[in-house]
Amino acid sequence: MDNLFAYIMHREGVLHDSAAELLAAAHKLAPQAAAVAILAGHGPGLEAACQQAAALFPQVWKIADSGLAQPNAEILRPLLARLVPQGSLLLLAHEHLAMDLAPGLSVKLGAAYLPDAVALEGIEGGWLKAVREEFVGLVSAHVSLDISAGAVISLRPGAFKATEPGQPGQVLDKSAEALAGGSPPARRRYIETVAAEAGEVDITKAEVLVSVGRGIQDEDNLELVFDLAKALGAEVSCSRPIVDAKWLPKPRQVGTSGKTVKPKVYLACGISGSSQHLGGLTGASCVIAINKHPKAPIFQRAEVGVVADIIQFLPVLTKAVQAGK
Amino acid sequence: MEILVCVKQVPDTAENDIELAKGGRDIEREDLVYSVNEWDNYAVEAAIQLRDQVGGRVTVATIGDEEADEVLRRQLAMGADRGLHVCDDSLEGSDGLGLARILEAVVRKEAYDLILTGAQADDNAGQVGGMLAALLDLPFAALVNHLEVKDQGVLRIGREVAGGDQEISEIDLPCVLSIQTGINQPRYVGIRGIRKVASVDIPQLDAASLGLDQATVGEGAARLKRLDYFVPQGGPGARMLSGKPDQLAAQLVEILKAKGGIR
Ligand SMILES: Cc1cc2nc3c(=O)[nH]c(=O)nc-3n(C[C@H](O)[C@H](O)[C@H](O)COP(=O)(O)OP(=O)(O)OC[C@H]3O[C@@H](n4cnc5c(N)ncnc54)[C@H](O)[C@@H]3O)c2cc1C
Ligand SMILES: Nc1ncnc2c1ncn2[C@@H]1O[C@H](COP(=O)(O)O)[C@@H](O)[C@H]1O
Repeated sequence: MDNLFAYIMHREGVLHDSAAELLAAAHKLAPQAAAVAILAGHGPGLEAACQQAAALFPQVWKIADSGLAQPNAEILRPLLARLVPQGSLLLLAHEHLAMDLAPGLSVKLGAAYLPDAVALEGIEGGWLKAVREEFVGLVSAHVSLDISAGAVISLRPGAFKATEPGQPGQVLDKSAEALAGGSPPARRRYIETVAAEAGEVDITKAEVLVSVGRGIQDEDNLELVFDLAKALGAEVSCSRPIVDAKWLPKPRQVGTSGKTVKPKVYLACGISGSSQHLGGLTGASCVIAINKHPKAPIFQRAEVGVVADIIQFLPVLTKAVQAGK
Repeated sequence: MEILVCVKQVPDTAENDIELAKGGRDIEREDLVYSVNEWDNYAVEAAIQLRDQVGGRVTVATIGDEEADEVLRRQLAMGADRGLHVCDDSLEGSDGLGLARILEAVVRKEAYDLILTGAQADDNAGQVGGMLAALLDLPFAALVNHLEVKDQGVLRIGREVAGGDQEISEIDLPCVLSIQTGINQPRYVGIRGIRKVASVDIPQLDAASLGLDQATVGEGAARLKRLDYFVPQGGPGARMLSGKPDQLAAQLVEILKAKGGIR
């Protein structure tokens, strides 16, 4: 495997956490190959990020242009399609940028696409064997990807253990090559980024969180959750569907598109444990899950599990906490 | 505005236990309850709201088996104007690119100003929308959680990015957008609404009527193949407590005390 690439995100001069995970995945695919990191952007932030990437990867390809200050997928895709040689393997973290960029990029490269892989098991006869999850993590699947014409592979953040950096590498400026065709017409134009609203409570600082998911079924039942939180001296957080339904405000949402929390105890009530929810739980010490479904994926992440209907069980627990104080 | 929304029929994971069948080659499909992919429901609501505002027509299309027209009827009951059902055994086993090619053929039969998909479906892939845009050479944006008409031929959109931040852009029509949940509150569809559209005619399309090259779709063309399903044996898993509710609660109180969960 000669052509092995990783597209690395960065922000304000800091490399994205997934960089070392992508390197680990590259090693797993081809232990001997020298994986190349590609970074795009503009200004001192890009330079700083390239230096950090060079501490991990043997080679870094830099694409610098003022038009890449906000590297929108529509701008990046044609550049990468030009720069990445036919037949290459290109790794990215399955994040908001990859979801925007990768499927179309695979089409433009004529390469196969493997979305959101959680494990890579090896290449045999031009096919890559890998593991994906389906049905909100209720089952996994072995899949096989035809990589004979190259592949774009997005990897679940956190699924690959970061490896130690190897020999420091060098940064090559590939801007001229990538931008050779001139900037394509901008049919999608970046305007601004609106920061997520701050809430009345900061769940990222809470030591104890009672977190509620779709299992609560009805807005009126939220009272049961707040009662328990009050008894525990805890804050209330939630999964995304509760915010989508406007039952609780966005600053209370835990997950990749919400907050990353680090409480001593996280009590998940009626939450299935999707990858995006668990993505916000990387710093939680003790996860306790209450779910009526014994096979809910949250029980894989939790330390302690209770199979129960939260509508019935939460009031019982609240009473026991009050009595035990 | 002519709007096409791509919708998929998926097992309702809130209602079903997903069990393995045929030694892992499939999941048990006998008693599954199916519904429309959650994300697609938001996409249809977004399309209906846009149509009600600027006029035009909302078409919903699905690729699926004989029963898949059920999801189209549900979307018609919501307020979509017309359904298209791509149904052909030879298309089974298509991978994401195969599905995108089929939808490309659907789009090329008529002129659409806007094409919406869900951000992802039951296979957690989030690939069909982006691939469709690339095949059509149209601009694309994923994870759209805000949508409004800016000027003639231009939309102002918000995309969800890390940590719940929102990236605001303008995008030219025609374009393809993948819709994220929370963009709106999909309207409720009751049994009566569905009954009203029970007899609406939904045209079926197959590979031949779409002019598809069989070598580019279906299982034979798939470059991403599923080998089997399995239940992950990841990690030690939780220590499961047992007992009657008050016994469970008493055990939990002890654990909470020990872990610093009671303040
Ligand atoms: C790009 C992207 C970003 C996302 N970001 C986030 C994010 O930041 N945070 C997030 O949470 N999600 C996020 N999601 C959504 C995620 O994919 C899931 O849809 C979501 O996490 C599911 O929430 P849930 O567990 O509450 O609901 P469900 O998956 O519907 O689970 C409900 C659970 O409740 C149980 N249950 C039902 N009734 C009861 C009862 N009476 N008693 C006890 N248990 C019961 C069920 O067994 C089930 O396990 C994102 C998705 C995408 C595509
Ligand atoms: N069989 C299908 N029929 C119609 N649309 C589909 C189909 N499969 C996927 N899609 C569309 O593509 C989106 C993303 O699905 P996926 O790429 O499978 O995660 C879905 O939300 C649908 O809008």
